Amino acid sequence: MVEFTLPKNSRVTDGKVWPAPVGAANTREFRVYRWNPDDGKNPHVDTFTVDLDDCGPMVLDALLWIKNKIDPTLTFRRSCREGICGSCAMNIDGVNTLACTKDLGEIKGPVKVNPLPHQPVVKDLVPDLTNFFAQHALVQPWLQTDTVAPEKEWTQSREDREKLDGLYECILCACCSTSCPEYWWNPDRYLGPAALLHAYRWVIDSRDEASGERLDLLEDPFRLYRCVTIMNCSKACPKSLNPAKAIAELKKLMIERQKT
Amino acid sequence: MKVTSIRTPLAKVRGLGSAKSGTEHWWEMRLTAIALVPLTFAAVVIVISLIGRNHAAVAQILGSPLVAIIMLLFIYSTTLHMRLGLQSVIEDYVHGKAMKTALLIANTFLTIVLWLACTYAILKLSFGV
Ligand code: SF4
Ligand code: SF4
Ligand code: FES
Repeated sequence: MVEFTLPKNSRVTDGKVWPAPVGAANTREFRVYRWNPDDGKNPHVDTFTVDLDDCGPMVLDALLWIKNKIDPTLTFRRSCREGICGSCAMNIDGVNTLACTKDLGEIKGPVKVNPLPHQPVVKDLVPDLTNFFAQHALVQPWLQTDTVAPEKEWTQSREDREKLDGLYECILCACCSTSCPEYWWNPDRYLGPAALLHAYRWVIDSRDEASGERLDLLEDPFRLYRCVTIMNCSKACPKSLNPAKAIAELKKLMIERQKT
Repeated sequence: MKVTSIRTPLAKVRGLGSAKSGTEHWWEMRLTAIALVPLTFAAVVIVISLIGRNHAAVAQILGSPLVAIIMLLFIYSTTLHMRLGLQSVIEDYVHGKAMKTALLIANTFLTIVLWLACTYAILKLSFGV
């Protein structure tokens, strides 16, 4: 059955309250999830006070400030710090989003920072996304053709290229999939909104010659049909994409080739 | 944790492959939902019209051809829709293999029994057998 309580060693406890920086006039409290696989302790929430006058405007700036000025062991992923690499996805103030594009001004009260929900934690704010990326690989996200490759390139009409807008921008941050209850219950069998958005992106690419085989891969009560249009995914996407719509379009194509 | 099996992540997510079905379930769920919009309305009107009548009158109304056919369609769509819906709920929330299989079987049996019992009741009123 679904477990509604956490196992004993996963219960989150109160952690350390770090002293506020001396002489800081403009501060903000951060409650950050911590877990270290090596110390045998339960996960806990540490409280930090950040000097906003000494730090940039985004949540990621504050996390870097904490790491540089208070606790160098705080662990999280980041790279581009401009919303394009997808590595700093986490749950901030109860919402999955990118730490580097989340403005501190939009959050009221203490800033709660947790790893993406329902994924195994590697350490602190770093989730293990192995399963998520394997599902991306499952949908074969590359151009597939049997026709002999043209001398120069596979061409595409302007109209067909425009159909990929709102799909190709996905940065695989996993904010959507880890916000989806259906993905929480069956992450081993349901592909989740991100992988399905990519599947759709290749199914409708005018240059691709494997649309049918791609749909065959998805013809499954779990892989595709777990989605019940809860729409959490589209609400969560920090790139304002609409994976729920891509999934609905996939279902329409399934109906088109079987029923209508 | 003790390692009992070493498989690549891709092998794990591919699992036993696509079941090559799923659209049928989804389609039937939608069809029964569409059918139930007018049928539920009609069934509610019929039941309200029975309020306060005696046994003989109720039996006569439910046994009359048009009402009986509407009620039979309503019973069929409801029990089929219920079976498909409960199946999804079980697949979502029950993960123990034995428990899941048992509940899926029970779901099929119980909805068929429910369908047959209701259908039998209406037919008995119609034909008086
Ligand atoms: S629409 Fe809902 S069920 Fe479907 S993928 Fe998005 S969040 Fe999940
Ligand atoms: S669809 Fe949006 S939320 Fe989902 S992985 Fe892509 S960018 Fe992230
Ligand atoms: S650091 Fe690259 S998306 Fe945030």
